[in-house]
Amino acid sequence: MAADKVDPIHQFHITKLVPINLGHYDVSFTNSSLFMAATVIVATLFLVMASSGRSMVPNRWQLVAEMSYSFVANTLRDAAGKAGMQFFPLVFSLFMFVLVANLLGMIPYFFTITSHIIVTFCLAMLVITTVVVYGIWKHGFHFFGLFVPSGVPAALVPLVTMIEVISFLSRPISLSVRLFANMLAGHITLKVFAGFVVTLSAAGVAGMAGSVLPLAMAVALTALEFLVAFLQAYVFTVLTCMYLNDAIHPGH
Amino acid sequence: MTFPRFEAWARNAGVPDMVERPTDANPAGSRPSSTNDREGQLRQRLERLGESLEAHRAAEEAANRRGKSSGFAQATKVASEFVAGVIVGAGIGWGIDKAAGTTPWALIVFLLLGFAAGVLNVLRAEGKVAEAGARLREPSEQETQRPNRDSDRPAP
Repeated sequence: MAADKVDPIHQFHITKLVPINLGHYDVSFTNSSLFMAATVIVATLFLVMASSGRSMVPNRWQLVAEMSYSFVANTLRDAAGKAGMQFFPLVFSLFMFVLVANLLGMIPYFFTITSHIIVTFCLAMLVITTVVVYGIWKHGFHFFGLFVPSGVPAALVPLVTMIEVISFLSRPISLSVRLFANMLAGHITLKVFAGFVVTLSAAGVAGMAGSVLPLAMAVALTALEFLVAFLQAYVFTVLTCMYLNDAIHPGH
Repeated sequence: MTFPRFEAWARNAGVPDMVERPTDANPAGSRPSSTNDREGQLRQRLERLGESLEAHRAAEEAANRRGKSSGFAQATKVASEFVAGVIVGAGIGWGIDKAAGTTPWALIVFLLLGFAAGVLNVLRAEGKVAEAGARLREPSEQETQRPNRDSDRPAP
């Protein structure tokens, strides 16, 4: 009985809210879809409302919105140069989406969409597709020069090129796994320590006293998770900028 | 127009002045009256710049500490980089086998290449190996890409 209550994986279950079937495809509106929509709405409302004042001396909300804007702009400019600024809408949207999704997931009973690898993988594929399409469109065949390092003995070039190609293709996977693993592990850890509190306090007075320790741990972990939520959104953004830099300047 | 509250906040937060504001001793428009006056101004400026430099150093140190302390983030970074290379290598090999019917061979070869790519990924993530394009890029081009952070300050 108690085991059902503290099942740490239960929070990631996907439930269908509105079952929809298109032909053979199941395109139901799930709790994951609901929170994706909520993420977009919250991020949009926050930015629109915060910047609607347009005052010379910003209030707190406007300051936060402006800080997030200039933070992402500086990150992109540092990583990809001035030419990278044409991707600013994409990068800023990604940053806000991941950040708001991570932070919404910190609210109790809310669903964390970034703890599902398919979501983070889709975001990563969006980035890599942009990089490849833009790179080939802008530089044509030259873009593949990225995979052929100079100064390598001719006999080794095919082998090294193959390794470089695999390394490039592994980027979306490492990008998505990093975000997903951090969110999943963090939420499971939180749930497990919270579960200790419940099970310990059911074991009498001594257990009650002992449950203070996992409770303190859960509180500390919550603070850590807020840090991770921001840090992972930042990491995702920085890596996106680095990959875009490859598309803009793929060698000479 | 002045914003006294904002200026007080900016001074507390250690934000360096964007514009050289006219001081009482040397109002805007008038030439520096004496070398003494000018020296005082320079000393003030030096002090202010030194302060902002200290703040910058402290922020950098804090960032370094934060980077070191979150071991879990570093662990997932390295692990995901390595595993991604192996998975992609195995996936490509499996796909070629499936298409060409050469059953174990492409999987074996590409799994090994995937291991190599994983190691390369880890070394790149740790900054031990240059990025793929970095060697090809000309250093002069690299220089111009980076915006000059000090360009908005007057030359000393």
